[in-house]
Amino acid sequence: MKGAKILVECLRREGVQVAFGIPGGANLPTFDALYQEPSIKVVLTVHEQGAAHMADGYARATGKVGVCLATSGPGATNLVTGLATAFMDSIPIVALTGQVRTSVIGNDAFQEADTIGITRPVTKHSYLVKDPRDMARVVREAFYIASTGRPGPVLIDLPVDATVNEAEFAYPESVDIRGYRIQGAPAIQMQQIERVAKAIAGSKRPILYAGAGVIHAGAAAELAQLAHTARIPVTTSLLGLGGFPETDPLSLGMLGMHGFEYTNYAVAQCDLLIGVGARFDDRVTGKPDEFARHAKKVHIDVDPSSVNKTVLIDYPVIGDVKQVLRELNTRVGPVDSAAWLATIEEMRKKYPLTYREKKKLLPQYVIQQISEATRGDAVIATGVGQHQMWAAQYYQFNRPRSLVTSGGLGTMGFGLPAAIGAQFGRPDAIVWDIDGDGSFQMTSQELATAAQHKLPVKVAIMNNQHHGMVRQWQDQFYEGRHAQSRLNAVDFVKLAEANGCLGLRVEQKDGVRPAIDRAMKTTDRPTVIEFVVEEAENCWPMIAPGKPHDQMLGTFEMLSKEGGVPQRRRAEADEESKLSLG
Amino acid sequence: MSEKYTISCLVENHFGVLARVSGLISARAFNIDSLTVSTTEDPTISHMTIVVDADPVKLEQVKAQLGRLIDVIEVQELKEGQYLDRELLLARVNANGSARAALEQIAQRFGAKIADANDYSMVIEAAGDTKALDRLVEQLRAHQITKLVRTGRIALEK
Repeated sequence: MKGAKILVECLRREGVQVAFGIPGGANLPTFDALYQEPSIKVVLTVHEQGAAHMADGYARATGKVGVCLATSGPGATNLVTGLATAFMDSIPIVALTGQVRTSVIGNDAFQEADTIGITRPVTKHSYLVKDPRDMARVVREAFYIASTGRPGPVLIDLPVDATVNEAEFAYPESVDIRGYRIQGAPAIQMQQIERVAKAIAGSKRPILYAGAGVIHAGAAAELAQLAHTARIPVTTSLLGLGGFPETDPLSLGMLGMHGFEYTNYAVAQCDLLIGVGARFDDRVTGKPDEFARHAKKVHIDVDPSSVNKTVLIDYPVIGDVKQVLRELNTRVGPVDSAAWLATIEEMRKKYPLTYREKKKLLPQYVIQQISEATRGDAVIATGVGQHQMWAAQYYQFNRPRSLVTSGGLGTMGFGLPAAIGAQFGRPDAIVWDIDGDGSFQMTSQELATAAQHKLPVKVAIMNNQHHGMVRQWQDQFYEGRHAQSRLNAVDFVKLAEANGCLGLRVEQKDGVRPAIDRAMKTTDRPTVIEFVVEEAENCWPMIAPGKPHDQMLGTFEMLSKEGGVPQRRRAEADEESKLSLG
Repeated sequence: MSEKYTISCLVENHFGVLARVSGLISARAFNIDSLTVSTTEDPTISHMTIVVDADPVKLEQVKAQLGRLIDVIEVQELKEGQYLDRELLLARVNANGSARAALEQIAQRFGAKIADANDYSMVIEAAGDTKALDRLVEQLRAHQITKLVRTGRIALEK
């Protein structure tokens, strides 16, 4: 069997249903073999970066491994941003890149690049297949490594001859990688779990701090059980949003740089911080040695290298988050947290999320309307910047895998292709890309991909004609010198139409809901809504970089003096979203 | 406080592994003092001895990060007094007239050999632990070292 045929047969056995990519000289044999495999849909993207983000969005929305393909040289280098994005956020992707023939590797052949070398720091692992006899084992290992432990992207570099030469096909039934710790991992340390249970029992002001690890491990139900049994409030990182329903009375929403004011105060006051599948990122901790400074810290994580990386931990527990939480749940009873919950409730009322009404349309209002219209039930992809933080603040996330956003790397241009990937993975879901004009334009060519497949993806562009977050920082820290943060004017309606999408423009408040409703009803093609919003609006509250959590800018007190309107979030528990946690 | 630590790793013996290990260490801005790679009793496994300059917290990080590499089978920190270490040194020193006898004496004291000699210079060959070789180098400096090479540390736990 030809190497490419073996590859495709292995992809089929891994359950791959869709792959994203672009053919070229060095990967023609792979595309040819895929062309003859009816069970795998291959989506042609406009740019390879789009292919990587689509595989990423697919993986985030479904929990399955996303697959992308590119040819050698420029095709492979174009994937790099997408791989780095997935690596930082621990997203399982398998990237298949073409490579020049093994006999000319290293000769500066046409379209040759050292793909393994270039991608080494941004992949969990990578393979160069020189011999088709290794193909089946490598593909099997790649999917296994990508999806287990702390997930991440794995790259397979495929020289032309490895895909056209013949080998006998033997599918490896099991995987045995001696250097992969997940296999020889020590059993969960029950003693450590006992100590954590004791610390919880003795705490007066506990907080659970949940990250994406809860979602990756499918542990939202276990987290909810722990929170409800012990009566501990839950805050999440950006990537943890959806891991605990925000309509739950115990939800504190997001913490950190643009987290809620009362949430950050609560973190600053807590006496026990229980980190679950979160990595204490600098956008969360601010000044690391002042982060939750009165608290003993627990860290439950599958990756030993995450523990004690930025913040010193008192009770580390290494292991699968779901298993650890299950064990912990058998050992934890109600905590005497009534006074603490009352304090938090008081702070919640006293320091609500706030914005000042302006003459022009505000992006916060638009996102609130999308949240209402979808009842927090859509898959929301975002770009990176102000709109991303507003989406995190004003959209109420109630289910795991409902937010698809680039957290660690902060990749602008992620939103649209990620939304496309998510829609391919979940054809029945409502998928929105909440984007900024700066982010959107970095990959807007993928509208053509969405239109080609008649995807009902909805794009909401918060057009403020700026790199808004850059402009905000320039105003805040660079005395208002707007160095290259103002963007060129683009007619997004025409851009949408040119690509075969429905294009709408909204400039007034009363036009917001009708446009959203029209997008929700448009199911035969993508919709792009350009919301022309206030240019000078800032994203508040904010912890300035390197400052502790109780020194925030843009607080309720500051904003309310100048006509800020407190924004109450939807509070009733959503029965449906509770059910979906399992 | 920065100190020197010895890390012993068992790794897969195939191409690209050295680049993964050195890339990981350099990406986290550690300085590698020395790194040796050699075969072991198992031809599919190589042994790496890495001496890094780090503080204790960063050292734990680097060990954990090395453990994440799929091609790294085992990571072990070798603690002072719990391992034997050796390296090999070759030094060319100026050796005319009166210096010769002094150099021969130094060599003898350190159990070193004169590996090569001509009218003007000598090549001293010595094996030993890092500290002993450091002392030898100090002594040789008085005689003007024109070239010095060391293999870097190999180590074996006791």
